[in-house]
Amino acid sequence: MTEAELKFFIDVVTDYFQQVSGVGASMGIPYVKKEEAVVLSYTGLIGISGPRKGGIYFTAGPALLSTLMGEILGVEEADEDSLLDMVGEISNTVAGNVRKSFGTEFLISVPMLIKGKPDDILFRLKPPVFVIPINWRHERAFLVVGLE
Amino acid sequence: MKLMIVDDSSIMRRAIGKYLSVLDLELAGTASNGQEAVTLFQKVLPDLVTLDITMPEMDGLTCLEKILRIAPLAKVIVISALSDPQTGLRALKLGAKSFLPKPFTETQLVEEIRRILGGVK
Repeated sequence: MTEAELKFFIDVVTDYFQQVSGVGASMGIPYVKKEEAVVLSYTGLIGISGPRKGGIYFTAGPALLSTLMGEILGVEEADEDSLLDMVGEISNTVAGNVRKSFGTEFLISVPMLIKGKPDDILFRLKPPVFVIPINWRHERAFLVVGLE
Repeated sequence: MKLMIVDDSSIMRRAIGKYLSVLDLELAGTASNGQEAVTLFQKVLPDLVTLDITMPEMDGLTCLEKILRIAPLAKVIVISALSDPQTGLRALKLGAKSFLPKPFTETQLVEEIRRILGGVK
């Protein structure tokens, strides 16, 4: 993945939080994932097919997801189904929005919603896997991208 | 006037429903995939449909074609994260009245609905 492509992912995430909440997210310095696990409590994984095979996932803790839900619905909820639904919607929106840069052959799956930290989450991601740290309202999240 | 909301995310279905509280519209029903939406459409015959694209079972553009076969004058707003211009153009060519990329604001959605339905307050 090129630096310009990585920047596009960062811009899409920044725009998402700004549009939904009026408060933009700040991005940490992206890095290439090594052995360490980069998975928080709730994860939405999108499989990518077409010329750029691989996957994208957004992972976050309950506080960030619940607060964001409050921005959208006017009420913060913390039940399991709502938190998973929220993380899936963020993943889907980010993956769908990057088609503005990657084009219509960047085919995205419906989100696979994951609670906890399964061992096999990286199987769909193609190395090198890039990690984009995200901070929003003092809560952290990660966007993780691995594409051919 | 009756509205039907189709999205696989319950948060988005609820968000769209909440945004509509400022309009004089009745919620006719919701569906979480294209197949459910076609069945529900035939049952409730809404005045307006908001339709997501990326959904399990049947995607939104296939659903749009089926709805327009049932009711060629149906008014459908396609709302999708697939925000590239080609996808929006395809939805419009298939017969959608509007294409709204996610994420969107309450104001954007309400303005589109007012534009399409005309007399809605």
